[in-house]
Amino acid sequence: MSGRKYFMNFPVTDSSHSLAAYKARGGYQSLQKALTSMQPTDVTKEVAASGLLGHGGAAFPAGRKWGVIKLTDGEPHYVCMNADEGEPGTFKDRWLLEHVPHLCIEGLILASYAIMGRHAFIYIRGEFDLPFRRLRDAIEEAYAAGLLGENILGTGYSLDIVLYRGAGSYVCGEASAMLASLEGKKGWPRNRPPRLTVKGLYQRPTVVNNVETLANIPAIIGEGGETFRKVGLPKSPGTQMISISGHLVRPGVYEIEYGYSWEKFIYEDCGGILGGRALKCVIPGGVSTKILDANELKGRTLDHNSALAAGSQIGSGGMIVIAEGTCMVRVARVIQRFYHHESCGQCTPCREGMGWMERILDRIVRGEGRPEDIDRLYHISTANDGTTICSLGDSAGYACSAILDHYRDEFEHFITHGRSMYDGSLTVEDPFAAVGATT
Amino acid sequence: MTAPTSHETPMPKPPMQNIQHLIPEFERWKQRYPSDFTGSLTIPCLRRIQEERGYIADSDIDELVAYLGVPRMQVDEVIAFYTQFTRVPLGNHHLQVCHNLSCSLRGAEGLVGYLCAKLGIQPGETTADGKFTLSTVECLASCGTAPMMMVNDTYHENLTPASVDALLEDLSK
Repeated sequence: MSGRKYFMNFPVTDSSHSLAAYKARGGYQSLQKALTSMQPTDVTKEVAASGLLGHGGAAFPAGRKWGVIKLTDGEPHYVCMNADEGEPGTFKDRWLLEHVPHLCIEGLILASYAIMGRHAFIYIRGEFDLPFRRLRDAIEEAYAAGLLGENILGTGYSLDIVLYRGAGSYVCGEASAMLASLEGKKGWPRNRPPRLTVKGLYQRPTVVNNVETLANIPAIIGEGGETFRKVGLPKSPGTQMISISGHLVRPGVYEIEYGYSWEKFIYEDCGGILGGRALKCVIPGGVSTKILDANELKGRTLDHNSALAAGSQIGSGGMIVIAEGTCMVRVARVIQRFYHHESCGQCTPCREGMGWMERILDRIVRGEGRPEDIDRLYHISTANDGTTICSLGDSAGYACSAILDHYRDEFEHFITHGRSMYDGSLTVEDPFAAVGATT
Repeated sequence: MTAPTSHETPMPKPPMQNIQHLIPEFERWKQRYPSDFTGSLTIPCLRRIQEERGYIADSDIDELVAYLGVPRMQVDEVIAFYTQFTRVPLGNHHLQVCHNLSCSLRGAEGLVGYLCAKLGIQPGETTADGKFTLSTVECLASCGTAPMMMVNDTYHENLTPASVDALLEDLSK
């Protein structure tokens, strides 16, 4: 048992995502409570009191972000739900959107009420077909039930939600790129300041929150911030959706209460490592977070401070587990190929650096590595750090240098001998191995 | 007042043919936007046009530019930037195999190899009969059910040689 649950506290059925099922579980009562008995500032105060940290990866306090919006500035304010889940290893928001779309919508309405927004946006990644359809249908259900549109629940508050589907771009998960995309442009991040809470969508104050962050809001308003805070740890209150994948017996989406044992989670809840192999390393929160090896996980708990103390982050909760015997040079190459593909091309260090790193790793994997390649990879990683508008380039650098720090011997062996220290394999149990398919 | 010279005459708008029947739908979408932020409709409109035709033709772009009143360059940039837009026709079934890390750890490379062998094409190519286009893509947020691929809009997960065979047979009908 991995602690108390906020999201996975009901049996999933063919209709558990519907408005009727959600209402039967107590859905939209928090909205009723907020609109009838709370001022917008009270909602923000409650969220601040809960200590809720953003679940998109940066773990910024949600209440503080909302509190920046000046309610009396006379400007329109917007909330945008970031449902552009694209971080490799992360698929927890997809679960929320598919199974509890109304919870996400209720959270979005509450957030919009807190900042006195008249329009809200959901930016969903273009590839998400089922989550898109579930969300679209849920929004229409909410409109029909008087939970959206003019004069919600007869309280005088009005809100329209635009469901906006992206068209395939990882960088649009970055908040400023997302807003550019919402304006109908290519998703280029922009320099800040001015912050998005000052000049965001259409140059108006805008709050961008992750799906899971907003899905927490109904519980906070329903129970009160102080009660919410009693779940989890004082510095990481609440629960975390973890999507776990890789060489694991039972991959999937789990909800854990912060402070739960990391090893227990991997070995007991997720059934341990495939093929009875030993654990080699874990990428804790999507490929942008630094890897931790088996030793670094010993005695550690799943929460922000524990991950930070180990030099990494919980990030977006997308955990990738890698078994002993996996070639880390090839792992680095797959990660770098991704960053090269997804660089938006706006900043030179990222546009050129990502391709350069991929070419070097490609060469090493082909058996044509050069002795100076390791230093060059470090050099490009460092050159990217802090020199680009968004953190895509930095993340790629961190990911690569962390693998080099941990497994430099594998790179040296590959360069010296022209082949992997292991058999070059990435898989433990490959369903296609028997048919001899190779690329 | 003198008559305008020929170079001052505004360019006539092309008659709407390709997207005319979609305009009422686009107009409905506008209702939920804050005010006249029509530029925001660029991506949704392009998605809808591609859904109908299978790709975006030059004439579609001309009509969309005229309808939305946005610069043509903006529409061209958007189509080039986002991976889901295409200006060339694809096969009837677009097989997009995720080959990011989690899928690679569970056999994505073998899956790509298997599909190449079965279809006789490489990633990025379309079969001669126009039925299948094969692509490799980065993370589709289906890491726990790897290896997987998206066929048109639908996810197929936990793939094995047997399930791929059954799927291809089904799609070939």
